[in-house]
Amino acid sequence: MDAVPISWYLILSAFMFAMGVTGVIIKRNPIVIFMCIELMLNAANLAFLAFARQQAQLGAQAAGQVYAILVMAVAAAEVAIGLGIIVAIYRLRDTINVDEMNLLKF
Amino acid sequence: MFGQILFAIMALVIVVTSIGVVAVRNPVRSALNLVANFFALAVLYLFLYAQFVAAVQIIVYAGAIMVLFLFTIMLLNLGSPSELSERGEIKRPVTWGLALLFVIVLAGGVFVRLGKAQPAADDLGTVQMVGKFLFTDWVYPFELTSILLLIAIVGAIVMAKRRL
Repeated sequence: MDAVPISWYLILSAFMFAMGVTGVIIKRNPIVIFMCIELMLNAANLAFLAFARQQAQLGAQAAGQVYAILVMAVAAAEVAIGLGIIVAIYRLRDTINVDEMNLLKF
Repeated sequence: MFGQILFAIMALVIVVTSIGVVAVRNPVRSALNLVANFFALAVLYLFLYAQFVAAVQIIVYAGAIMVLFLFTIMLLNLGSPSELSERGEIKRPVTWGLALLFVIVLAGGVFVRLGKAQPAADDLGTVQMVGKFLFTDWVYPFELTSILLLIAIVGAIVMAKRRL
């Protein structure tokens, strides 16, 4: 699929990232905010893989893919912790609306 | 030509579902949009000679992480989506406008500066190739990631227990 230029992938990645930022800013449901963070991480992954295709050496091409895998591992850890925090907050306060979260310590 | 048409279809799916994640009110529908987004993204990873990353994308993201999201949504049982509805305020249109501006500026920069894709090695993206580099050049970040996952597991257990 060498007919598709790298810049198309990067513009698509920029669009996904912008949608993720928009969601994080305007949404009030923390679960949807986490989904938007996933969207941003995937946009970064797409950019990593697209930039990897622009490199000449095999080592640099592989580095982009290794980066993508490490990002996925970090995203998995972040989701496990984040959803755990959301469930813990729901147990304590019976709501997860981020506008009502105004304390760091209960 | 075939590749460009397939890319256009996948890009359209990704654009529509990315907007859908943000614009839809019901969190379950947001999650379903995100699953479709991840599947289309996996196809794009195949275009970029990243077969292993595409497989991991489907297994980890579309499988495990989205199940976790849906499980949490169902567990918290938020009832009608209007409970967390967003009031009409100036923040929303301003944010959408800024996002659009961001994409336009970035797209302009990308078109000016970037060249074409390089020829890929025969085994680029296979499990053998990624594994070879992951366990030689990148073994230190790999081990750090394992420690991070261990911390996440311990943290999740600590939060799940009511008292230690």
